[in-house]
Amino acid sequence: MAAAVGGPVTDTPGSRRLSFPSVMWLGAGLVLASLLVASARGAYAIDFADILKTLWALASGGIEGTPEQLVFLNIRLPRLLLGLAAGAGLGMAGALMQGLFRNPLADPGLIGVSSGAALAAGIAIVLGTLYFPEMPRSLGSWTLVAMAFGGSLAVTVLIYLLAQSEGGTRVGLMLLAGVAINALAGAGLGYLTFLASDEQLRSIQFWLLGSLGGARWASVLLVFSIVLIAGCAASTCARPLNVIALGEAQAVLMGVDVERTKRRAIAITALAVGAITATTGMIGFVGLLSPHCIRLVAGPDHRIVIPGSAMLGAALVLLADSVARTAVQPAELPLGVLTAFVGVPFFLLLLRQFRGRV
Amino acid sequence: MKHSTRRDTLRFIATAAAATCAAAVWPLRAQTTTAPRLVTVGGAITEVVYALGVEAQLVGTDTTSLYPAAALKTPKVGYLRTLSAEGLLSLRPDAVIGTTEAGPPVVLDQLRSAGVKVELVVADHSWAEVQRKIAAVGRGAARETQARALQARLDADWAVVQNEVAQRTARKPRVLFILAHGASPQVAGQKTAADAMIRFAGGINVMSGFDGYRPMTAEAMAAAAPDVILTSTQGIEAQGGIDKFWARPELALTPAFKRRALVHMDALELIGFGPRLPGTVRVLAQKLAAA
Repeated sequence: MAAAVGGPVTDTPGSRRLSFPSVMWLGAGLVLASLLVASARGAYAIDFADILKTLWALASGGIEGTPEQLVFLNIRLPRLLLGLAAGAGLGMAGALMQGLFRNPLADPGLIGVSSGAALAAGIAIVLGTLYFPEMPRSLGSWTLVAMAFGGSLAVTVLIYLLAQSEGGTRVGLMLLAGVAINALAGAGLGYLTFLASDEQLRSIQFWLLGSLGGARWASVLLVFSIVLIAGCAASTCARPLNVIALGEAQAVLMGVDVERTKRRAIAITALAVGAITATTGMIGFVGLLSPHCIRLVAGPDHRIVIPGSAMLGAALVLLADSVARTAVQPAELPLGVLTAFVGVPFFLLLLRQFRGRV
Repeated sequence: MKHSTRRDTLRFIATAAAATCAAAVWPLRAQTTTAPRLVTVGGAITEVVYALGVEAQLVGTDTTSLYPAAALKTPKVGYLRTLSAEGLLSLRPDAVIGTTEAGPPVVLDQLRSAGVKVELVVADHSWAEVQRKIAAVGRGAARETQARALQARLDADWAVVQNEVAQRTARKPRVLFILAHGASPQVAGQKTAADAMIRFAGGINVMSGFDGYRPMTAEAMAAAAPDVILTSTQGIEAQGGIDKFWARPELALTPAFKRRALVHMDALELIGFGPRLPGTVRVLAQKLAAA
């Protein structure tokens, strides 16, 4: 651990790095390309002309209600937007967490967002049916989402409170509290899987593997707006995080309100990742990999890393979901597995390419 | 001259191609207007489709649809609890028929919003469950008359089987059902398909006082004192054969162990609650009596 808690990579003179505008342009291009790929690919054959016509009809209010239009508007489009928001939110949160903990191993899961959501979802799936037999009817729509969101916020607050000491929030303490509480939540989830019936077990497993399959307009718009607000708030963290990278004491001397930055970064992550995880289940590795990839090509400046990670995360989730939807059609692969399968080799490739900088 | 022959050849090819296309498309069109396309989710529902002889309308099944063998060749929409809306819609079904186990609920909503009829049969491990499945497939396939005929035939068979079982009241075997597909075998309590099957076949489920499945422990086994162990053929295979199955220490303290009284049947047949139920109960009752 001690070796890992270093500062970010320092800029060595002469190394070629992408500038802010080029990262933005490349990122926007990548997101657009993934959106195009993801919108045109699917088990239900809808050709590109149909998609353009449908979008035009949507804009001009002339939807005819053909099966292609219904599938695209009710199923594929919300799914694309959910993938966009989820990937962007996870990437951005990953950048914030790695900046805050000054630790390349940090990811949003560290502050308990994912384990809290998983535990609460498990409670909803297993105990919900025990004490509220009518719940399966509404389960999977709002009960489960609300429970998971509440769970992620509750566990994050708990970890935050545990990390308080006289000098404010201690990041090292938070890391340890996070590991401990995550283990506790894992044990709780393990106990729930022991209690669960066969079908509840499948529901929990399905939820843990993550999927964009449950995308509906109401939930998509909610997640989308939360991620958008979180993104705006995250941009105010970039400068303070750059200074904190030099060390907390140094940052305080330089007039940065470290405590406020920490609270803000944690709140943003908890809200965005909590909302995302509650709707999609666990989508792993996006938050861990995206900031690293951006740092490797563009350096450690958070003003680039945060938006860059958001764009890369969005592209990664959209592409992984395209594969999830089409590889074994008409069935579907679990997305959480694919983000790792798609993301990790890409990450390793980058590591080899830029091994001098790590 | 040369040019005109080439043009003629091209024209011939074009006409032939168009005719072939038309011939290929025409019957398809005719069929889609009369016979609804079905996706079935759940092994027993798929069995009903084949029992009704309407498998031509079947465009997809889930991974639990393993019987009859032909069902294995249909496009698979995944496990019944992890359906995908777009994948399912790509088969362009008119109706999706399943049990209430099918899900996730959001995907079912998406299917409904795309104009697909979704019919879910409540599974309560009763003969009425089988009747509901047949009625649901009959409605979905627009073959209600055939469904009623099948229903009447099966009802009659069911009455005969129940009568046969009732006459064999002399000795009610005390049965324990073991679900042993994984590393830690579980036993069936109340409100399980296995419990219902034991009762249908004239036996007594020795595990009482809890619902669903529970891990089996040596003490509970000894206290329950089953005469016969019932399990699935798949479970025996998963444990590595009958000898390995009996080698489990929990079983050593049961009366069934001394007589090596073991009955096993195909899992889908035993707890599927499909159209094979009367025959299954008949076979199970005979096996339990003989064990």
